[in-house]
Amino acid sequence: MTEIFGSDLIAKIIIPIPIALWIALFALYAVLAERKISAWIQDRVGPNRVGKWGLLQTIIDAIKLIQKEFVYPIRADKLLFRIAPYLVFSATFLGYAVIPFSSIYIGVDLNVGLFYFFAVTSLGVMALLIAGWSSNNKYSLYGGMRSVAQIVSYEIPTALSALTVVMLSGTLQMQKIVMQQSGGIQNWFIFGGPGDVSKYLLVPFMLVSAVILFISTLAETNRTPFDLPEADSELVAGVHLEYSGMMFAFFFLAEYAQMFAVSALVSTLFFGGWQSPFGNLIPFLNTPGMQFFWSLIKGLFFVFVQIWLRWTLPRVRVDQLMNMCWKYLIPISLANILIIGVYIALK
Amino acid sequence: MSELRTEEMVINMGPQHPSTHGVLRLKVVLNGEIVVEVKPYIGYLHRCFEKHCEAMTYPQVIPYTDRMDYVNAMNNELGYAIAVEKLLGIQVSERVEYIRVIMAELQRIASHLIAIGTYGNDAGAFTPFLYCFIDREKILEIFEMTCGARLLYNYIWVGGLSHDIPKDFQKKVKEFVKYFRPRIDQLNGLLSYNKIFIERTANIGILPADVAINGGASGPTLRGSGVKFDLRKNDPYSIYHKFDFDIPTGTGEVGTVGDCWDRYMVRVREMEQSLRIIEQAVDNIPEGDVFADIPKRVKPPVGEVYVRTETPKGELGYYIISDGSLNPYRVKARSPSFCNLSLINQISRGYMIADLIMILGSFDIVLGEIDR
Repeated sequence: MTEIFGSDLIAKIIIPIPIALWIALFALYAVLAERKISAWIQDRVGPNRVGKWGLLQTIIDAIKLIQKEFVYPIRADKLLFRIAPYLVFSATFLGYAVIPFSSIYIGVDLNVGLFYFFAVTSLGVMALLIAGWSSNNKYSLYGGMRSVAQIVSYEIPTALSALTVVMLSGTLQMQKIVMQQSGGIQNWFIFGGPGDVSKYLLVPFMLVSAVILFISTLAETNRTPFDLPEADSELVAGVHLEYSGMMFAFFFLAEYAQMFAVSALVSTLFFGGWQSPFGNLIPFLNTPGMQFFWSLIKGLFFVFVQIWLRWTLPRVRVDQLMNMCWKYLIPISLANILIIGVYIALK
Repeated sequence: MSELRTEEMVINMGPQHPSTHGVLRLKVVLNGEIVVEVKPYIGYLHRCFEKHCEAMTYPQVIPYTDRMDYVNAMNNELGYAIAVEKLLGIQVSERVEYIRVIMAELQRIASHLIAIGTYGNDAGAFTPFLYCFIDREKILEIFEMTCGARLLYNYIWVGGLSHDIPKDFQKKVKEFVKYFRPRIDQLNGLLSYNKIFIERTANIGILPADVAINGGASGPTLRGSGVKFDLRKNDPYSIYHKFDFDIPTGTGEVGTVGDCWDRYMVRVREMEQSLRIIEQAVDNIPEGDVFADIPKRVKPPVGEVYVRTETPKGELGYYIISDGSLNPYRVKARSPSFCNLSLINQISRGYMIADLIMILGSFDIVLGEIDR
């Protein structure tokens, strides 16, 4: 990058800007999309007053939130209370560094990219605990406790199911994982990745892996049916309860940013990331510009599935959530790893 | 070595809490996420209904009964009107009775729709809530068409009705019945038999039949425990004896008899039975004048009366004492939600805080009726 921008420092400043812009734009319109999709699911109209089809609704909402006062609860730990929302957001934002958007655009192509992604996104849990504790509110504390238990547990199946891809590809580097899936839809890791005909034996196991990864990332982003930390009917709003104005908006922003980040992870690992599904049949579709399109469209599809699930399913209870993780997801993903290991050893 | 001691936490749930269904305050003692004790505090919506009645004439009380269980105004009025008619010794015409029954059953469906919808919302599923409200809207349209009001009707008067039914009333009601049947199946698919929903409600908050009877529970709360008791059958009032319908009870289909799912499911099945009653009644409304029996001056003789009717929440009773003047000497309402709520501490101990919300929701309380 130094050769393009002339100096390493300038490159380091400029490269994250498109991602930051994308997150801001995405969060604004994902909120609107969520409201529109939920309205569609629920036979309603949805926001349609501000701008054409309500397009300016979330912008107006953001302006409203910016104007609001920060309210600190009595005897809250002010410093911790203040920094928690920004910590949540930065944890998510750091994760974006290793998401490949195109063959020419990735924040840093670390050789431990996948590992780095799991490491930094799990920092968010500390911020949630800080927020829950410092609010000096029992509901927030319960929300914080739940989120820690939930996210720490669900990191294990997330990592284990991602491990199947790592075993097949032999690398943790995100760009390399995507590169290996070139040449069309049949080479995506959901279909066993590149290789001879025997790879198709892996399809059911990779499918299970992908589903487990999707479920557990859903739990990590605190989305329904796993939105226990903010369960509105039990804990009112959980960790967000005492937050107002932009501090609340940052939690919100982080949630939506996280939604896209995990969707991009699922698509990178299993669905070819920025690769065109047609491979090199139509070369135009695989140019760097179109690669942005593919990575975004795949990510947005999984975001849509998340929204769809949220407006369809009830919420699980906290012990059922743990049961599901420890009794089903972890054993299944371990068995999956074993099977794929055997396949690799035999080959 | 002495045992490790953990500290219990006291949480105040409400009066401003999304799942206490109004202004109820629950003082919950928690051990981690486990409920140790629940103590309901009521009275935030007390409006002196009973004292107020003493200063009103008999017909003037009717709008106040509307405001007790505000999602179920027709049934409240019906009980009161029957009680005063019994005091006066009036027999209303067949036409009035048929219209009253249709209205009461439509209102029962509307009230159950709120109970079911908000219960789904308690479980975290927001979409069924709105589906229920879409259906309820159709019922409210029928009410609005008939008497102009959508929530608090003042429709059933002593000795008659405030308005006769409009011309296309029967057509609208039949349309609704036809529309609503498939919607119940849709609701069952979306919520009742949803795996997560069953996990959340089956085997939770089990209310044994003897505890329910001793606690004075009634309505779907009692029937959910397997007790087949419905005043429309067991102590018929109005013209309910003419109709053919079943009393659904808790079956323990997915868990134990008397759990939250049973109480929920009784409501869903009661809606089907209400549709049956409406179907039988709507075609047989006799001709007549609904205003003929309305007395010019309601001045009952000295005496007292207790009338109980089956509202969607349970047994609503009115005890009225007349001293022979224009105002009642005393009006006492026996509210079903109050008795049902009193059971919450007994059956929610040892469950988790998320279950407590489900147990409370399964009682379908309305604070307007508890506090009066």
